[in-house]
Parts: sequence; C-alpha cells; structure tokens
Amino acid sequence: MTTTAGKAPIRRKAFSMEKWWGLVWVMPSLIAVMLFVYGFIGWTARVSMSAWKGLLPNYDFVGDDNFVALSKDPRFDIDIKNTAIFTFVFVLGCLIIGFLLAVLLDKGIRGEGFYRTLFLFPMAISFIVTGVVWRWLMNPAQGDRLSGLNLLFDKLGLDFLINSWHATPEWGIAAVALPAVWQMSGYTMALYLAGLRAVPETLREAARVDGASEYQVYRMVIIPLLRPITLSAIIILGHISLKVFDLIIALAGKQVALDVPSTYMWTTTFDGYFFNRGAAIGIVLLMSVAVLVIPYLWYTLRQERDL
Amino acid sequence: MSSYDAKHGGKAWMHIPLLAMAGFYLIPIFIMLNTGFKSFDEVSLATMWELPSGISFDNFVAAWDALKPNMWNSVKIVIPAATISSVLGSLNGFVLAKWKFRGANIIFPIILFGMFIPYQAVLIPLVEFMSRIGLAGSTWGLVLVHVIYGIPITTLIFRNYFATIPETLIEAAKVDGAGIWQTYSQVMLPLAIPSFVVVFIWQFTSAWNDFLFAVVLTDNSSWPVTVALNNLAGSQIIEWNVQMAASFMAAFPTLLIYIFLGRYFLRGMMSGALKE
Repeated sequence: MTTTAGKAPIRRKAFSMEKWWGLVWVMPSLIAVMLFVYGFIGWTARVSMSAWKGLLPNYDFVGDDNFVALSKDPRFDIDIKNTAIFTFVFVLGCLIIGFLLAVLLDKGIRGEGFYRTLFLFPMAISFIVTGVVWRWLMNPAQGDRLSGLNLLFDKLGLDFLINSWHATPEWGIAAVALPAVWQMSGYTMALYLAGLRAVPETLREAARVDGASEYQVYRMVIIPLLRPITLSAIIILGHISLKVFDLIIALAGKQVALDVPSTYMWTTTFDGYFFNRGAAIGIVLLMSVAVLVIPYLWYTLRQERDL
Repeated sequence: MSSYDAKHGGKAWMHIPLLAMAGFYLIPIFIMLNTGFKSFDEVSLATMWELPSGISFDNFVAAWDALKPNMWNSVKIVIPAATISSVLGSLNGFVLAKWKFRGANIIFPIILFGMFIPYQAVLIPLVEFMSRIGLAGSTWGLVLVHVIYGIPITTLIFRNYFATIPETLIEAAKVDGAGIWQTYSQVMLPLAIPSFVVVFIWQFTSAWNDFLFAVVLTDNSSWPVTVALNNLAGSQIIEWNVQMAASFMAAFPTLLIYIFLGRYFLRGMMSGALKE
C-alpha cells in the first residue's frame, strides 16, 4: 500500500476491506458466544415451557405452567428467603469490612503491602476449599463435642459467641455468608482502596481547613465521592450472591434448610430429572441477574464512550 | 515503627485492627496446615487448635493418594484452557479496541454479558449438547467449556489494555504497509505480554477452582480436584484431618500463583468490575 496522494481513493477502499478482517477475527468467538450463551439461554427458556420430566426429552409446550408451579412451591419460598438473608449479610459484611480496611491501609501504614496481600489471598482459593474448611470451623456440635470456632471461643472465654452456625433454624444461611465474606471482603477493600487513592489530597485539605474533623472529612467528602465504587461493589457482590452455589454445596451438602435457587436448580434437574422445573429456575435466576447487570453494563460502557 | 507510620499519616493503633483482621483471614490456612502436619495419633477435634508436637506427613500422604489422579485431571484441563483462552482473548481484544469495524461497539457488550450470566441458565442445553458431540465425561469437553465461557473476561482484559495503546502506533504501522496480522503480531503482541500473564493466570485460577461445570460434565475418571475434594468431604470414610490436608493440596497451585504473581492476579480481578 503506497501513500501517494493520487492513490488516496483506492487506498481508502482497500482500507475498509482491511477493516472487515476485524470481523473475521472475532467471528469464531462471536459464534461460540452466540451458541453457548444466547442459543443455550433460548434453549433453556424453551425447556422451561415444556413438560420435560424424566430422562427422555419432552418438548410438549405447557406455557407458563412451570413458572406458576414454582411461585407456589414452598421450597422456592425458602430459596428466596435464604437468598435475601445471604445477600444482605454478604454484601453488607463485604462493604463494611472492605471499606474500613481500605481506610486503615490508605493512611500509608507500615506493612501495607503485606496486609493487602494477606486480605486478598482468599480470592485465589476455590469456594469448594473454603466450604470444606469452614464446615469444620463452623461445626455446630455442642457440649463435649465442641470443636472448630466454638471450641476456640470456649478457650478464649468468649462463650457467649458459641452458636449452631449454619444449623441454626431459619437463620442458618447467615452463617454460610460468613465464609463468603471471608473470601470476598478483600476484593471489596481493593476496590475502595483504588477509589480512596484517587481522591485528591487537596480536597481533604480544603475540608480540614474549613474545620472539618477527620470523621466529617469521611462523611461529607470521601464517602460521597466513593459512591460510584460502592455501587459497582454492590452490583458485583450482589450478582455473585445470586449465583452462590459451590460454597453451599461444600459447606452443607444438599440441605433444604440452606437451599438457594442455584442449588435447587441443580438438585431438581440432575438428581430429580425435573428438567422443566430446573430450566424455569435457571431462567428466573438469569432474569434477576440481568436486572442488576444490564443497566450497569450499559451505563459503564456508555460512560467510557463519552470520555 | 511509629515514626514511619506518623510520617505517612498512619497511627500505631491502626495495626491492632489490621492484625486482628489478618488473624481472621489466616484462620482457615492455619487450621489446614496445623491439622495437616499432625500425625494420625495426635489428631482429634478436641485439640484442633493445639500445635502438633512434631511434623508428620501422614495426612498429606493420605490426601495425595486420594487426589493424585484428580490433580492431574485438573492440570490437563487448566493448562490448555488457559492457553487457548489467552490467544482468543488477545485476538478479540485487539480487533475490538484497535481494528474496529462497523458494529464492533455492539459486539463487545454482546460478548461481555456472557461473563455475568448464572450458568444454571445454560446448564441443561450444555449437558445435552456436550453428550451429543461426544465430549461429555472427558477433560477435553471441560477445556472447550472453559475456553468458551472465558471469552468475555479474556476479551475484556485485552480490549481494555489495547485501548490504552496510542492510535498513532497503529497509524504508523498502517503507513508502513502493515496489514491486520502484521500489526497484531509485530506491534501489539510484544506490548501485550503482561496482559497475557494477567489473562493466563486469571483463567488458570478460575478453571482450577471451577466446580459447577465440572460436576455436570465429568465422570469419576475425569473429575478435577474440586469435584473430588467435595466428594471426599461428603463421604463418611475420609477423616476430617485428611480433608484438611486435601483442601490445602487443592488450593496450593493457585495460592502459589497468587504469592508469586499476585500483581497480575490483582489486575485480572479488578477488571471484573469493568474498570482498569
């Protein structure tokens, strides 16, 4: 391709042909995603409106029957209650711990790198490992068979903290959120720390000159400035909490008391062969994640384009 | 200690909450190693917080015997999956950031959405499809699945990286007569080595830690370590102390990567929030 002025129109044409190679390059990935993400979602949606029970596929159309049945299913009520409790404890726990750790580390304390590395390592571990270990840490046995954290509380004289963890009736799922907080609060800290470092020192100075106490600087200046980060964190953590699966299976197996939609989908489909019900739960899960994530994606990408 | 902290605005008391939290994060690691290094005779739930009297490898030997084939399966899944993912991600990221065509801005979010979906919404078709093409129950099937569902995040990381490269560099290459392949391989690829590290270890970690895909797509000959560990923990035969050693073993490869390449791991992690 030469660059003399006389050949400019030809070059432009060759250029746009060259542009289309870009489409050719993404084509394999695009086709794979279209099939494995969107095609399969469509297929699941079709199964969710079918009468498929048992090992043999049955695509007889039944409309919204499976969704109506789900709305009347007492086990699905438990799932929704558990998801609500889990999300509340998990998201709030991560935000509070993450924010406080970020504030402490932001000050430029000695050993910052060490602390940061330590707070973040659980992210590298699988939920299965976390679940297996915490299952022994949160052993609910009482009396002579006290073990795990309960035993530690006993030894430290903190007896009032001894509890039945995930075996607690009604609220057991809140205990399951604890290892999830252990795993993801470091991530939240990293998000906040990046945000705090982006707050110009002059802003803090200005507030201090105006006579604001350190607490007021955070309340009036820094926390409002960090609002976009808090929102991102809520969306990321919220969608993780809707999807939580491995942790519950490893920690507690398939107990109905600790059931959430993702575990119900798995057991009803692959143990019970209620493919229609499993697909309906999958679609409900997808919808709830989409409500959270699509506005976020749209907003973030548009903001990026406006820059 | 305090003089360093004071100079930077830190206060000595801040180490108290920080150390307390450090303790909290270390409890599971402590209990895995503390139990793992005890001899069989010394293991008991009542003394789980007491240090071992000597170092013994009983538990690790037993755990290794139970998990060895599955550790190997995980390696066979994770290495090809992470490699292919990185290559695909770099192709897509390059094109979507620097070789834009009409519609590139629509294709990107379409691909990106795939990283947020709950996989329960695709699980039934996936199992059907994989058994029809004869890949259910094999490690290769799982490689394919990790590569495909990894496309969104790997594309995102590379695209965000390539977007920071000045447009003038591309223009200069084009003026020199470079086509798409030369621009990618001669100009972009050498610059993108750190991103390859980020994407590779991110995909390595998520594929190693995956449970949901593995549990529906593999059988007992091809179980990766997460599925085997979960089964081992659910069985009544394997003692809890061996479970602790096995858990540590399953976590070890990704922990090692985190310790030595933490910087790159962190960059992958932060990109999940769609921000660099």
